[in-house]
Amino acid sequence: MRRVLPVLVVTLAIVVIWYVAAVWLNSAWVIDQAARAGREPSFMDILRGTMNQDRPLLPPPHQVLAELWELTVEKRITSKRSLVYHGLVTLQATMLGFVVGAILGVALAIGIVHSRTMDLSVMPWAIISQTVPIVAIAPMIIVLSNAVGIEGRTVPKTIISAYLSYFPVLVSMVKGLRSPEREQLDLLKTYNASRWQTFVKLRLPASMPYFFASMKVAVAASLVGAIVGELPTGAIEGLGARMLIGSQFGEPMIMWTALFAAAILAALLVVAVGIVQALAARAMGQVAR
Amino acid sequence: MDADGAAVIEARDLDLVFETADGPVQALKGVSLSIGRGEFVSFIGPSGCGKTTFLRVIAALEEPTGGTITVNGVSPDEARRARAYGYVFQAAGLYPWRTIAGNVKLPLEIMGYPAAEREERVRKVLELVELSGFGNKYPWQLSGGMQQRASIARALAFDADILLMDEPFGALDEIVRDHLNEQLLSLWRRTGKTIGFVTHSIPEAVYLSTKIVVMSPRPGRITDVIESPLPAERPLDIRDTPEFLEVAHRVREGLRAGHAYDE
Repeated sequence: MRRVLPVLVVTLAIVVIWYVAAVWLNSAWVIDQAARAGREPSFMDILRGTMNQDRPLLPPPHQVLAELWELTVEKRITSKRSLVYHGLVTLQATMLGFVVGAILGVALAIGIVHSRTMDLSVMPWAIISQTVPIVAIAPMIIVLSNAVGIEGRTVPKTIISAYLSYFPVLVSMVKGLRSPEREQLDLLKTYNASRWQTFVKLRLPASMPYFFASMKVAVAASLVGAIVGELPTGAIEGLGARMLIGSQFGEPMIMWTALFAAAILAALLVVAVGIVQALAARAMGQVAR
Repeated sequence: MDADGAAVIEARDLDLVFETADGPVQALKGVSLSIGRGEFVSFIGPSGCGKTTFLRVIAALEEPTGGTITVNGVSPDEARRARAYGYVFQAAGLYPWRTIAGNVKLPLEIMGYPAAEREERVRKVLELVELSGFGNKYPWQLSGGMQQRASIARALAFDADILLMDEPFGALDEIVRDHLNEQLLSLWRRTGKTIGFVTHSIPEAVYLSTKIVVMSPRPGRITDVIESPLPAERPLDIRDTPEFLEVAHRVREGLRAGHAYDE
């Protein structure tokens, strides 16, 4: 209860602010409608009129939730409007990008820690790669992959997603693999341990807390990457495409539900990483604290 | 002296200069010392006297810039590759993700001992440091003294006949330290290993050693080498005998002669 209470209070505060904002932002339309009909709307009229508009500037929470319920639970998955369907499309690219990014990040980190040449040559490029805005690169990756004859969007979306997710893994793992103290490395030296043994027995296990911390960031970054990959015109599947369609056709409800679906998906992915982390910590003798 | 004569460690005119940002630092200057098989040698002196550096030179963790040193008749690095010694650091340095048994097993895994022999050795060596029954515990479940005992067990698990210990009990309280000193002494008698032991504590050095090497700083050098007249069998209350106090007095004199306290 002690842990739940602060969360509840914050959630409640957000909901209240949201309702106030919804009434405020949507009231203009109600007042406008009433003016055309030559009426003066009462406060209750405005309140009622802002709660369930077709195209609200800001839909109130219950409206988003109701729409979300309809598009996920009540719609068949095969429907083109089903958010479960679009969510799965995005999830697939997210997971592919996450796996590719994680492998790439770990592999580069291993290289950097073991080779001074790689440390000096790869790290600056890795940092530069993250200073380029992804929205600028994403369309190019899609066009290029199309030009070399790759069908569909899965491959370019995976690339974009991996492009965003490898970096936090790389940075954390370099730090993690270098985390053993000098005495611990000296100890292995007295055993005449090989570099491989030092890596497997000491560096890798010592890097695990860093690894899981980066996994949480990377999985969220992968999702962002997948959604960005769905934004350039032409995409019709995925949460990113729904957001774009919603904004292009002036359908705020589509945008908001897709946004919420993405947020829920991100939360689920981070929780999933957390569960794996807790299991790994237990296997490594650390009681979850 | 209870050594059988053969020199295990032979250092002649060792020099070691560290190049630091503030210029060169002479960590060791003209250090000559012979350590016989089965001796218990303590290195004592104030910070910066080079006692830890000398231990690290023996272990091939530092390279001397001058002079010669042999371990078992070969260079320290060859001795290291032949796995001639176990090293115990000031911090127990146990892997938190391994159990106590797993930690003790670490050198055995690296050195490629067969699985069955590993188990047997872990059992024996945990018994030696009185940690039987704690094999399945993780380091954080043990007290500091027990962790240090586990780290000694780890250094004993393979058959190195030289044990190098760098202030292993420095971070422990006096009562635990007394107990571990007693245990270490009996362990040394049973195993017949050659032990190099770095310490800050005069009573600890006198109580444990067959030979006490007094060192002083700037530059790090040996000012006195004392062969202990105390018998091999040493109960804790030997520390109240006149012989003990006389040796302790000489160590203190040696430290003072090295201008250890002139600042």
